Amino acid sequence: MGQTLAEKILTARADTEARAGHIVVARVDLAFVQDTTGPLTVRQFSEAGLPLHNPEKTAMFIDHSAPSPAKELSNDHVFMRKFAAETGAKLSDIGEGVCHQLVAESWAKPGDVIVGADSHTVTAGALGAFATGMGSTDVAVAMALGKTWLRVPETMRIRANGKWPKGVYSKDLILYLIGMIGADGATYKSLEFTGEAVTAMSMSQRLTIANMAVEAGAKVGLFPSDAVTQSYLREHGRGELFVPLAPDADADYESTTDIDVSRLEPTVSKPHTVDNTALAKDLKGVKIEQVFIGTCTNGRLEDLALVAGMMKGKKHHPRTRLVVAPASQKILLAAIEKGYITTLVEAGATVVPPGCAACLGVHQGVLGNGESCLSTANRNFKGRMGNPESFVYLASPATAAATALRGEITDPREVL
Amino acid sequence: MLKGQAFKFGDSISTDLIVPGRLLHLRSNLPELAKHVLEDADPTFAGRVHKGDFVVGGKNFGLGSSREHAPLVIKMAGVSAIIAKSVARIFFRNAINVGLPVLICDTDGINDGDELEVDLEEGNIRDLTSGLEVGFAPIPEIMLRILDEGGLVPYIRKYGDFVLPKS
Repeated sequence: MGQTLAEKILTARADTEARAGHIVVARVDLAFVQDTTGPLTVRQFSEAGLPLHNPEKTAMFIDHSAPSPAKELSNDHVFMRKFAAETGAKLSDIGEGVCHQLVAESWAKPGDVIVGADSHTVTAGALGAFATGMGSTDVAVAMALGKTWLRVPETMRIRANGKWPKGVYSKDLILYLIGMIGADGATYKSLEFTGEAVTAMSMSQRLTIANMAVEAGAKVGLFPSDAVTQSYLREHGRGELFVPLAPDADADYESTTDIDVSRLEPTVSKPHTVDNTALAKDLKGVKIEQVFIGTCTNGRLEDLALVAGMMKGKKHHPRTRLVVAPASQKILLAAIEKGYITTLVEAGATVVPPGCAACLGVHQGVLGNGESCLSTANRNFKGRMGNPESFVYLASPATAAATALRGEITDPREVL
Repeated sequence: MLKGQAFKFGDSISTDLIVPGRLLHLRSNLPELAKHVLEDADPTFAGRVHKGDFVVGGKNFGLGSSREHAPLVIKMAGVSAIIAKSVARIFFRNAINVGLPVLICDTDGINDGDELEVDLEEGNIRDLTSGLEVGFAPIPEIMLRILDEGGLVPYIRKYGDFVLPKS
């Protein structure tokens, strides 16, 4: 019997045959934290009383409240910087970008096991890394031991075929899938993406899907490592780290779901759960006070290029504020060079520094009572954007741009 | 044997409802953060919960962010166990890692305010108010050992490594 991607990676990292249901201890290629989970990780790490296993495989990202909006958070940042300086752990400070984007650009490689104290650690699955979110203590122990225990997940295969229609993107596919299987539809499982529509996807589009695997409860969202992976690694100066990775043809899947992407339409998650999906065209008339474009889900250069293309020479609707946060410094610089930032600012956008920005409700775009935001992020739980009296809709960058132009939820095919 | 009152919540209690992002600045001040536990799901909870009580949820309890502060403040509020139909993966590990038992069973028969008695050894829950008895799914052995030590940090301090049960 062959192996799924998850079983293959864990077999290699645990030095034992890993099959769904086994409990294994796997070597960890990268353990990382960010500024909302890092301080607790450091305290638990100190409490455990062991040294850092390998500073070169330990990273700390200050991205969630960066630059800091409050003195308590500034003190958390000071605490993290001090730990990094003392131990040699790698530090990424304010303005460098969202941890998951930076992990994709500079750390993750096919076959890695990555644990991060952030649920969206799954993002690196797009590069064929078994990357999973854990809490502060699990990551603290991985930092100390250089390994972690894992239950080898069963795998749900998602086979996406067909040609991508105009106005439909990988965000629509993942929202559609979560709407279909539910916010707990893949709990404890590996979601494995294959098919011709997956092969045709850019790395940017793959990262969007892997990022949201956790919104269906999944432990990992895995993509094969192929020519797209290879050119992405090369673009970021890491071409030598490429290894091809694919599941075996006779691997054992818990289920297989076929999706014909040519039949998908622009999709939106309505408040207050990600699986509460509808088609953008059916939400016409829903007024939106803020559009937020960015995050580890959809703040990449390809996203900004699309939005800038749609908004060039136009202004956002007077009712609708437009906030844009590039996912990393590298993306911001490229977007400046290509003129996207100028276009967006001319369209009336407020461009905020690379980082998590408004996504988690700390700063840079907290909503007022009764206000609605259409966001390209990954989560719309009640209170997520800082106010339990507000409403968050999730959609693709194209739907976000169309909505910013019209002031109400708009199917991007009306504007493209 | 654990004994206390049930505080019943619905499906999909996210970590944002347990400790919202707007209170991020309190995460290094856990006693203060604990005063707001589950505030966005039930603003009266923190004021009413007593030592030993149970948080009883529906489906997919603890979905969302990896913030371990969520099970931590529930434990600090005095809650002796979380009982739910299903629990999100990261929250499950986090709860065990901070020494808070998570029991998976059908919670439909448990009502808000019922007096419960939980036998962790036997694996069952008795609702003293309604007379209902329900068993819960066994906790994986590695997690039981972590729970026995009071959490992952004391476990690692004792064993220095992960000790897998012989299969």
